[in-house]
Amino acid sequence: MRLSRFNIAALAFGLAFLYLPIVVLVIYSFNASKLVTVWGGWSTRWYTEFFNDRAMLDAAWMSARVGLVSATAATLLGTLAAVALTRGARFRGRTLMSGMLYAPLVMPEVITGLSLLLLFVALDAERGFWTVTIAHTSLTMCFVAVVVQSRLAGLDRSLEEAAMDLGCDPARAFVAVTLPLIWPAMAAGWMLAFTLSLDDLVIASFTTGPGSATLPIRIYSEVRLGVKPEINAICTLIIGFIAVLIVGASLASKLSSSRGDSAAPL
Amino acid sequence: MSARTIFTRPARRASVAPYIWMVLFFLVPFGFVLKISLSQTAIAQPPYLPLFGLTDGIAGLKAAFAALSLDSFWLLVSDNLYIASYGRSLVVALVSTALLLAIGYPIAYAMARLPRRWQGVAMMLVIVPFWTSFLIRIYAWINILQHDGLLNQILLALHIVSAPVVWLSTDSAMYLGIVYSYLPFMILPLYATLAKQDGALLEAAADLGASRLVAFWRVTFPLSLGGVGAGVLLCFIPIVGEFVIPDLLAGSDSMMIGQTLWLEFFTNKDWPVASALAIVLLALLIVPLLVYDRLQRRALEAR
Amino acid sequence: MTTATDILPDAIAEAPLIVAAYPMPLLRVDGVSKKFGAFTAVDGLSLDIQAGEFFALLGPSGCGKTTLLRMLAGFETPDAGKILLDGEDIAAVLPHQRPVNMMFQNYALFPHLSVRDNIAFGLKRAALPKPEIAARVAEMVALVKLGGLEKRKPDQLSGGQKQRVALARALARRPQLLLLDEPLAALDKKLREETQAELMELQRRLGTTFVIVTHDQDEAMTMADRIGVMKDGRLEQVATPRQLYEAPASRWIAGFVGDINLIEGEVTLQDAHRLTVAAAGAGMLTVAEPKAPLPSRAICLAIRPEKIRLSRRAPTSAGGLNSIEGVVTEVGYLGGLSVYKVQLDHGATLRVALANTNRLDVDAYGVGQKVVAWFAPDDCVVLPR
Repeated sequence: MRLSRFNIAALAFGLAFLYLPIVVLVIYSFNASKLVTVWGGWSTRWYTEFFNDRAMLDAAWMSARVGLVSATAATLLGTLAAVALTRGARFRGRTLMSGMLYAPLVMPEVITGLSLLLLFVALDAERGFWTVTIAHTSLTMCFVAVVVQSRLAGLDRSLEEAAMDLGCDPARAFVAVTLPLIWPAMAAGWMLAFTLSLDDLVIASFTTGPGSATLPIRIYSEVRLGVKPEINAICTLIIGFIAVLIVGASLASKLSSSRGDSAAPL
Repeated sequence: MSARTIFTRPARRASVAPYIWMVLFFLVPFGFVLKISLSQTAIAQPPYLPLFGLTDGIAGLKAAFAALSLDSFWLLVSDNLYIASYGRSLVVALVSTALLLAIGYPIAYAMARLPRRWQGVAMMLVIVPFWTSFLIRIYAWINILQHDGLLNQILLALHIVSAPVVWLSTDSAMYLGIVYSYLPFMILPLYATLAKQDGALLEAAADLGASRLVAFWRVTFPLSLGGVGAGVLLCFIPIVGEFVIPDLLAGSDSMMIGQTLWLEFFTNKDWPVASALAIVLLALLIVPLLVYDRLQRRALEAR
Repeated sequence: MTTATDILPDAIAEAPLIVAAYPMPLLRVDGVSKKFGAFTAVDGLSLDIQAGEFFALLGPSGCGKTTLLRMLAGFETPDAGKILLDGEDIAAVLPHQRPVNMMFQNYALFPHLSVRDNIAFGLKRAALPKPEIAARVAEMVALVKLGGLEKRKPDQLSGGQKQRVALARALARRPQLLLLDEPLAALDKKLREETQAELMELQRRLGTTFVIVTHDQDEAMTMADRIGVMKDGRLEQVATPRQLYEAPASRWIAGFVGDINLIEGEVTLQDAHRLTVAAAGAGMLTVAEPKAPLPSRAICLAIRPEKIRLSRRAPTSAGGLNSIEGVVTEVGYLGGLSVYKVQLDHGATLRVALANTNRLDVDAYGVGQKVVAWFAPDDCVVLPR
């Protein structure tokens, strides 16, 4: 079907709207001027500033650790949940389980954050790295579950049956056949979990303790005080980092699709 | 037709770990929210009077029931501030969702009409910003919208305005931020249903004498209602509880419920009221949440 | 209590006491039922299949044939009944522990594995030594004529090649019983006919017992030694293709297998192995008496279109033949055959198929042509109504 002028305009507008602010931010991060809005020529001074900012670096390191651990845990738990929901015909608590998995996807973060904090307080858990990690795992495993589930749903079930027919018990059939076919989705789920964790402000604010701020918490407290060129630089670094991850992932999924799988839902 | 019972037992085993995790870290915490919302405020650490501990046994449970207090909930109805923030949250969510639908639908429609090989690219382009930090994207807008920001500079240079316009800390800025942040959530489900539609349907409609507009309105749109529902809920529910965007982009004269909750919790340290706010918010969202749950289940599990 | 072992000397007691009078079938399905919720997919079905047989399960969709096959493979467990393979009940045995392999309808080839690895998959699970696996894979590749494609991935294969890989993979473990679920449904007509011949040839060469599920009666007729026709979870008839076609057991079977004219009637006279029937819309007909006694005088006559002949005048030596007058109302030219619809003067309509034996149109009957339709009493099947 031919594209109408209206369609082209809608697409162009949509993409410009989505990307222009980010482009502006990246350009400003190389602005030499201390005044954010006055162009003072190209410079990398704000990057240097960031790399000398102890508190920011600590926050970044904290975020990276939380992201790595929670994304990994979320991928394992989310994949198990997806398998249970797509492969289990009916088990008790199935409705409750899928409800618990789908609700956090849209649940306002203030509610999730508050409820988890109250749990941690009641358990008398020391708040910091582990509480944030647990909170992020609970949130992001739901996203992983949805990503993996949609891949599993598209997978022909007779593949596993064929594996069993050819001598695999159910567990080995899963490892020999299903796992190689869903790993791109699991990798995509991991990345999604990681970036969501890296991104989260609200839940982390509730569940962290004194002295263990994550990167978004630090950025937020700086941003509240107004625009600072250093923040532009940090944001650009994060964008760059995530861009590298995405390119890597899409290359990986291309690679696996050339091996006969369909591409991962990114 | 076949139940594939052979998969039931392994599936049940796989469900154990995520099930326990979700009960412990999703379901049980709501119990604590409810509990704290019913206790009385105290100036202490943690700042509420304990209802009962697990060690107190039956006597403790009885005492706890006696000490149950609806004070926090009474406060919510008696103080206009809270009712106003709930009202504002709902209005903001409704308006934003309508805006998102109006902007997202044409984009999703155009994407679905692209040649096949470009559709993947377009979808990628829509999703990628979603991967970059939420906070960063809001921050990017502050760069543009502030008093001497890019937007005012351009408007001044083009002589469209004679003095800088106040953009930041206004409702328009907030709506812009919300639409910007949630657009992918609206586009993707819409695109998913529109892309699945058979192009022959429109040809059939045209063959039967429908103009393009009529064909859209009578065929395409009704068939995309599932996607519309998913997109609307995917945006509406979290926007009601949104905190970051109104906090950074809107003015401080009126607050959304997420901001009020944040304020009660972090600034006023009134945990019972914050919990009560969360309970009421949850109660407001329970119907859309259930509808969303059904849609999601149908999309992922119907086979 | 005294038992045989008490009386007999040890040497004899150790020998098998019961010697089968006739060989046990390879597969015995005994009163098997399977329900999904309120729907009964298989309903108390019993069936014997002999070793080396090529058996087809035929039936309309939803008749339970696939469910039965999946129970044989172990993917479903029967609610009731036994499945005996070589005398051993395997109803509760898991699929990977059965000496049974299946070829799936959509082939279910592992997309991430090459042709070679797909074929070797089951052999690796059996923990065969590597050289043995390699040898068997090579044997299978040669058997299904896939040489040169070993390194391809399934999505680089044509439909026919995929079908061969699936077959080779299922045969590689040398199963006692091979189950084939609509194995040719995804192939186009021409390829399907070639593959039918190859499958039969292969089965004869290997001697493996094949059970094939199909909804295509031509396929079942062409390939199978015996056919079990299923309806609503039960077997309606188990017979050789020829019996099924020429001696259908019921009115439903007669209508399901091939094309047939069904005429209801009333037996008016019965003597010398001949029945005289007052047929609705076809006058008085003489037909052969069926072997099985009829439950009532109300019967149904079934006659295949190709068993009826047409002529412009009644045959001169009409002794014993049924001849009925009518008018041709419709002619369908099918190439090798022409199918004529004949409106009988008595009211009924008959379909008649005549081979087009002459290239030039000498004998063809046009619409409106008055004709006489005639057939021998033995060509008509008498069925209870």
